[in-house]
This record gives sequence, structure tokens and C-alpha cells, in this order.
Amino acid sequence: MADLKLTNVSKRYSNNVEVMRDINLDIKQGEFIVFVGPSGCGKSTLLRMISGLEDISGGTLEIDGEVVNDIPPALRGIAMVFQSYALYPHMTVYDNMAFSLRIAKLDQETIDHYVRKAADMLQLTEYLDRLPKALSGGQRQRVAIGRAIVRKPKVFLFDEPLSNLDAALRVATRMEIANLKESMPDSTMIYVTHDQVEAMTLADRIVLLSAGNIEQVGTPLELYSLPRNVFVAQFIGSPAMNILPATIYACGETTKVNVAGQTNITLPIKTDAGEKNKTAQFGIRPEDLQVSENGDYVISGNIEFVESLGESTLLYIKADGCSDLVTCKLQGILKFKKGDDVKLSASPEKMHLFDANGMNYREV
Amino acid sequence: MEQLVSALLIMIIGVLACAAYFYASNWLLDVLFPSKNKPADIVAKNIHITNTVRPWLFIGPALIALTFYLIYPVIESIRLSFLGRAGEEFVGFDNYAWLFSSDTFYQSFKNNMLWLIVVPTASTFFGLIIATMTDKIWWGNIAKSLIFMPMAISFIGASVIWKFIYDFRSGDDAQIGLLNAIVVFFGGEPQAWITVPFWNNLFLMIILIWIQTGFAMVILSAALRGIPSETIEAAVLDGANSIQIFFKIMVPQIWGTIAVVWTTITILVLKVFDIVLAMTNGQWGTQVLANEMFDWMFRGGGDFGRGAVVAIVIMVLVIPIMVWNIKDVNKEMEGR
Amino acid sequence: MMAVSSSRSSLMWVVHITVFILVVMWTVPTAGLFISSIRDKDQLSVSGWWTALSVSEQRLVARSEHPDKQVFSSDGRYEIRGNILEHQDSSITKFGSSSLRPDEFDVGVVAQLKGGKTLQVLENGDYIYSSPEQWKGKRGKRIFYTANIPPRFTLDNYREVLTSEGLAKSFINSLAVTIPATIIPILMAAFAAYALAWMKFPGRALIIAAVVGLLVVPLQMSLIPLLKTYNLIGEFFGVGSKGYIGIWLAHTGFGLPLAIYLLRNYIAGLPGEIIESARVDGANDFEIFSKIILPLSFPALASFAIFQFLWVWNDLLIAMVFLGNNEEQLVLTGRLRELLGSRGGNWEILTASAFVTIIIPLCVFFGLQRYLVRGLLSGSVK
Repeated sequence: MADLKLTNVSKRYSNNVEVMRDINLDIKQGEFIVFVGPSGCGKSTLLRMISGLEDISGGTLEIDGEVVNDIPPALRGIAMVFQSYALYPHMTVYDNMAFSLRIAKLDQETIDHYVRKAADMLQLTEYLDRLPKALSGGQRQRVAIGRAIVRKPKVFLFDEPLSNLDAALRVATRMEIANLKESMPDSTMIYVTHDQVEAMTLADRIVLLSAGNIEQVGTPLELYSLPRNVFVAQFIGSPAMNILPATIYACGETTKVNVAGQTNITLPIKTDAGEKNKTAQFGIRPEDLQVSENGDYVISGNIEFVESLGESTLLYIKADGCSDLVTCKLQGILKFKKGDDVKLSASPEKMHLFDANGMNYREV
Repeated sequence: MEQLVSALLIMIIGVLACAAYFYASNWLLDVLFPSKNKPADIVAKNIHITNTVRPWLFIGPALIALTFYLIYPVIESIRLSFLGRAGEEFVGFDNYAWLFSSDTFYQSFKNNMLWLIVVPTASTFFGLIIATMTDKIWWGNIAKSLIFMPMAISFIGASVIWKFIYDFRSGDDAQIGLLNAIVVFFGGEPQAWITVPFWNNLFLMIILIWIQTGFAMVILSAALRGIPSETIEAAVLDGANSIQIFFKIMVPQIWGTIAVVWTTITILVLKVFDIVLAMTNGQWGTQVLANEMFDWMFRGGGDFGRGAVVAIVIMVLVIPIMVWNIKDVNKEMEGR
Repeated sequence: MMAVSSSRSSLMWVVHITVFILVVMWTVPTAGLFISSIRDKDQLSVSGWWTALSVSEQRLVARSEHPDKQVFSSDGRYEIRGNILEHQDSSITKFGSSSLRPDEFDVGVVAQLKGGKTLQVLENGDYIYSSPEQWKGKRGKRIFYTANIPPRFTLDNYREVLTSEGLAKSFINSLAVTIPATIIPILMAAFAAYALAWMKFPGRALIIAAVVGLLVVPLQMSLIPLLKTYNLIGEFFGVGSKGYIGIWLAHTGFGLPLAIYLLRNYIAGLPGEIIESARVDGANDFEIFSKIILPLSFPALASFAIFQFLWVWNDLLIAMVFLGNNEEQLVLTGRLRELLGSRGGNWEILTASAFVTIIIPLCVFFGLQRYLVRGLLSGSVK
């Protein structure tokens, strides 16, 4: 049992700057939750409030139905893996893992049992006598995880644990963390990252934050295919979703819009009559655009840049009526060059429509 | 032997008593307000109490010592400066009036100003020169280590060393002081250097410069090595010569460190006492404030009022540096 | 290119030579002290230490044997025989019988003196003083001579200062003052520095500012009030006002600002995640301090320990104010100052004593220079 419940949680610093506002979140036992967002969005602060390292200024945090606002970190049944691993540099791997157990005054035999079990699980047994400085980055990472495991916590907290690793190691360690989760299905894990690939691959549910607010909570694919607003739409997915100016000219079961003054499109989205003649934002992901074959198109323009990546080709298009370049991602190697005119089309199901405030017209 | 044992014993007791305070007070706090194996609300309350109390257990002894040995004496010295010899009867501004009409005070003050100009400047200058040059040669570290060495020598030890150098033998006896021997070698007339008015001040200052140059050198050497080498390489490509690089590229970049070295030595100079006491005890026009203060403290049973007044003059001289330091650290703390 | 490199190499020569001269200027004073301290005291007082290795020519005076020892020789004269040299390795070049002309005669010559007396001095110091009449008087006659004396090194000066001048006792006193006065402020400052760096409590910023301000407060401000207070406390408890505990605490108080400042800078620079990690692991502040901070702060603790050790060992002012002037309390610096007053001209005593007082700091300095430099840098470079 390790459900987490945040109710109206807020964070204010002593200079009265409010960095988190009315956070409401339910986390079920065994879930892998990822907090993601741009830097400064408050995701680490939220994690640290859950851990008890930061005070909660308002609202309540419950773990297993018990309010733990004033309980110190060590008694909340949580364990944390830090960005820098925070290994104690003067202690061996063994002592690092045994530290919390010794503080809790467990007997030597129990400590030894737990430490060796964790070391075995993480393939650290042969390094137990080494100091952290004699380990590679990946090994240090595993020691940090081992230090969390031995405490048998109800909730694991990870604070950007992969950001200090190089790209290749990051992929391997990401899989290890996924395996770890699989081997401990009852543990709740909360993971903070700014990397959307980590978020998409690891999470059961993603919590996307921005400027101290939760923008959307959902499974990775929900966030991808049904973003609640423009911010989510542009944050998830790479390259980011194109947002084009649009005007609604007919409402109902389907909605007709004029995109960038160029074309009229019918979207399978239901809108109220009151939305008629309002300006809106039309969204389409770069990978959902194709070169038009039959003459129908959504947007047309003149190619400004071409980036050939081998597996795909990115076109950056200057389109009339759009201030930003439109990005288009096409599979394979294609022979486009700067200055070519192109017409791009897309299937209506893949199109998104947001109101002037950025909210999605589709039900989320 | 017996003395050694008793010294050892008293040392161990002193240190253990200090360590025992910290251990015992923290242990007591954890026993009185346990945070383990208790209901959540009690734990929260106890944690709150221990978190409030513990910082004061940690910082308490230091705070008491600082208050007793530095803060209280500053206030008390100001009070004493208005009192008479024994520190009992109120005499108003008499001590201050005496101070400003006293010839020895003017002499001390003038000498102190001379020390303040010469010693920090010379030490920083030599330190900078040596730091720059030793960085370029393979035996630079050995050279630095030797020039740094006087830092470890006490002022009184250094005074003996230099008194020996300035030693003077009258008549035809061979000079055993190095300075007079050199003077004689070049055909000059040997002198009792530390009795030659005005110039003897410089001979005393040389001792402190000899000690402090190593300090300036070490700090400035580190600062010089901290200069990004790209800036120097860029200057070379721009066609600057070594002298131009030194004065226009390197020195401006370590200006802050030079200021720190300069002020640190300045503070030390204001407190200089041992050298004057040992070399001349203020005779022959070499008196300085710190020695004069010491003098009044014990002369004829001590005149606490006048001693305190002289101490206050020294204090006033360091206040600008103090204010600057505090401003600096406050800026740094806000940056965090 | 050639021109550039040759001008550069000639510049390098200038640098080498300049640095060499500076190093000589900075080391010669100490070297002179050390060499002088191991020279024979007679040689030390008549020739510069830089001549220590060369044979020195000295004008000396000795007395002949007591008139009791005179013998009546076969040629009808009264003779006194003996040797005037103390050390057999010296050789005499000139001699004389009067202080006005101490080098009147060459060695070996039979000098005709007034009243028919004769004096002969040989190179090895043997002399024959003869007279037609019986020698009278209570003392031997003076013989002036000039001798070449080879360099002589000795540890006698050290033996003398350590025993009869009491430096051995002062050495122990210095240790007894210095060691606790080094450890106690470190302990206090380390706890305070941790609290100021990582604990939250009201007034923290104010205390930090105060510590920085107190860094530069001159000792002189404290002396008179503390002397008064110590006297009061001494009277109250009916004990002397001067003692070890008093001076330990005084050094603690005066050393604390720098100690707290240095250690706080270092401890505040330790990675915060390590401390948070320990907190999550269940350690309280005392456990974090003793198990994490202390081991990790070793370099800073060592740096300050060296500072404080040197400062206390080398201190004269505080020792003069807060310690008594007796055998049990006089530390090395105080003893050296006393000798400077009482034995001002006896350079064999002064040089040996000075060297005894600086030997420990020099060992500490050369042994632990790395930590000392690190400490200086952390205190000064921002």
C-alpha cells in the first residue's frame, strides 16, 4: 500500500514568491509517474516536497492516507536517487548502502543481508569495497539506486538520475530502471526529468508541469495524441507541433476553419455555435504532414531549409500567413532543395484545434 | 618529565571537555525529544523542537566565545576610554585630550602611517613580481617554498634574525652583522642601524616585508594561474609584448585579489607589535600604536584609560576595511 | 623567428638570475642564524658567520701558569713553562706581553723584555717565560697572542640554552599552550560553521556578517577589558588569573572568526545533495556532521589547524598578557624576548634560542605546506 495524494499543495518562499500553486494529484500504488517540464517549472521542487526536503507551504500531502506534511524525510518511507547520485565520497560502496540501515540501528547481520541482496540484484557485489571515485558513472548510478533499495521504501523518488550520464549509457540505464520497476511491481516510483524521451518510455503516467502548475496528467500516448493545450502539444513530440493561425467559420458536429488564410479545412471536432468567427490555433505535428499528391493541401509555401538526417528529411517552410516556419518531417532521403515550392496535406484525424487561449477543442 | 606528564594531562582534559560538551548536549536533546518509534504527531512536534534547538547547541559555544573575547571587549574598551588610570573614575574626554596633545602619539601615528604605506605596497609588489617570475621557471616551486618560509617564523624570532643582521660593532672590531660587513666591504662607515632616526623605521619594516612577501606571492600566484590562458594567447596574437601583457591583461584580471592581499597585510601591519618591542621597544623614534598601547597597559601598574584610547585609534583605522568586508559578504549571500 | 627565440632565452636568463637573487635574499637571514647557532661562541663573537668555514685569525689573551709553578733552571733563571692554547688545532702567529702591542713578536722568537726577562712562544702554544729574579705575585702573567683558528662547530650553544637558559621547559610550555589552543577552536568552529552553512535558524545572516566583521577587530581592543575580567574571575575563585585554561580560551576566542569563516566557506561548498541524501537516510544533524561533514572537511580542518598552530606557537602578545612570567608558564616566544633583554650581546645564546623557537614551525611548514597554501587560498581568493 503506497498511495500518494496531493491536495491543493502550494509552495511559497520566504520572499513571498509562489512557485507552486494548487497542485492536486493522485498516485496509485505501483505506478511509475514521471514529472516532466521545462527547467524552472517546479518539477524538482514538487519532488522535494514529497520527499520532505522542502516544506509544504499549503495543502496536504498524504502517503497511505496519513498526512505527512510535518514528518521528516526519513520517516516517510521514501528513498531518493539524486541527480549527482550524492554518494558519500569517503565511504565504500558497502558503507554507502549500509548507512541508512546503521542510522536506523539495525543489527549487523540484517544490514549485511540487505546490502548483499541489493548488490547482487544490481551486479555490484564485486565493487562493494571500492570508494565511489573508483567507479564509472553507470556504476555510481547503480550504487545510488542500491542505496535506495535497501531501505525498502514505499515510494522511490528519482531526481533527473540520468542527466549526468553520456548518451549511450543513458539508454542502457533507462532500460535498467524500467527493469527495476518491473521487478518491484508494488513500489511506487516518481521520476523527474526534463527529457521527454525518458518520460515517454518510462512512465505509466506523465505529469506535465509548467510555471508551477500541472498542465496535464495522463499516459504518454494520451499526452501525445490528445494534448490538453498548446503548451502540452508543443512540449511533447520532437520536432514540436506546428501551430498555425486559423479562423473558425462554421461550427457543429464538425468544424470548418480557414488556415493561415490559405485553405479551408473541415475537422472532425465538435464545437458550439458561439465559437463561430473566432480566431483559433490550428495544430499539426511535423510527422503528420505529407507532400500533397492529389492537389488538396493544408498549407503551402517555399522551402527555407532542408535537413537530411538519413532516416528522415526535415523541411522548414516559409508559408504565407504564418510568422513561424512550418516544420515537416518526411521519411527517407528526399530530393528537396531550398527555394522549392511545396504543398502539404494531412489526415483530418491528426489535426488539432485550440482556442485563442490555447485550450484543445477536443474533449480531454 | 613530571612537567611533561602534567602538561599532557591538562591538554587531554581540556580537549576532551570541549568534545564532551558537543556529544553530551546532542545526546541529551535526542533523548528528551525522541523522533523514532513514536506516533506521528509527537514525532512532528519533537522534530520541530530539535530542529529549533540544535543550531544553538552547535553555534552556542562559538557565539559565547566571540561575545566574551571580541564583542564585549570592544564595548568595554570604549567605556574605559572615558575612565581614569585604574578604570574607575570618570574623566570625560581627558584621555582623548591627552592623546591629541601627546607627542609620542603623533610619532606613533606617523610611524604607523608609514608602515601602512610601505609594508603592504612592498610586500604586494615583491609578491607579484616573484609570483610572475617563478611561474615561468622549472625550479619555481622550490623558490616559492623558500620565499614563503618566513611566514612560519614568529615575529620575535624574525626580530632576532634581523637584529643579528643589523648588529653593530664599534671601533676596529670585525663586523659580525651582515649589513655592516657589506657596508665595510664597499668602504663605507659601519652604523648602529636601528638607532638611526627615521631610517630605522624602514629597517624594522623590512622584517615584516620579509615575512609577508611569501603570503602575497602564494595568493597572487594562484590568482595568476587562474587567469584564462586564452586571454593571454589572444593578446599575443594581437601583438602585445610581455610587459604589455603583464600590465594590461594579467594585472587587471587579478585586481580583486591584489586588493584582498593588500588589505590583509594592512590589517596585520596595524597590529604590529612584537617587532618593535623586540628591536627597539619604541626608542629612537620607532614607536607604533600597538606597542604604545601595550606600554600604557603595563607602565607603572598600567593606565587602562590611555591604553584603551590608543586601542580605539587602531580600531577606528580598521573600520573601513571591516565595513567593506561585511558589504562584500552580504552581496555574496544575496547571490545565493 | 631566431631573433624572437634568442631574446626570449636571454629574458629567461634574467628571470632565473633575478629569482635566484631574491631567493638568496630571503633565505640568507635564516641561514645566518642557523650557522651562527652551531659555531663556537668565541669565533661567533669575532667573525661573521659567512667566514665560518675559513680559518680565522683571532687576537686572544691568556695567562701564564701561576708563579708557584716556577722552576729554577740550570742556567740560573726562574722559568714558567706551559701551553696557552685551549685547542690543539690552532696555531700561533704572533705574540706580545703588553696590551699596547699584542703582536710585537713573531712566533718562535725569544723576546727580550724589560728587566732582563724573556718570553718565547712557539706555534703550538708552548711558552717559556723566564726571569733573572724570582717570580712574584698571585696570578700568572698575561700573554697576548694572535692565532689562526680553524672552523669549529659545536652543539654546546644548544646544550646551554636548553638546560641553563630554561628553553626546554619553555618548549613544553609552548606545546601545552599550543595543542589545546589549536584543537578547541577547530571543534567549536566546525560545529558553528556547519550550523551557519546548512541549518536554518533566525539570525543566521546576522551572525555570518558579525563573524566577517570580527575577522579584522584588532586584538588590542580586547586586551585591557579581558585582563580586568580575568583578574576579577581569578579573585572570585581565589586562584591566579594567569593560567593555561585562560590562554587556551583566549586563543580560541581570537582564532574563532577566521576558523568559522574558513570552515563555513568550505562546508557551504560541499554538495548539498550529499547532505540531503543523508537526511533522507534518516541521519539527524549531529550524525550528518560527525559522519559526513567532518570526514569530508578534513582538508579545510587541516589548513586551519596549521594556521592556528603557527599563530599560537608564534604569538607573543597574548602570552605576555595572559600567562605569568615564571618557569611553569613562560613560553618560547616570551623566553626569547627575555633573553633578548638580558643576554642582548650573547649571540651564541640568542641564535640558538631563536632557532629552537622556530624549528617546530619550520617543520610544520615544510611538512604540511600543501594544506597551508590551500587554506590561505580559500580564505583570500573569492
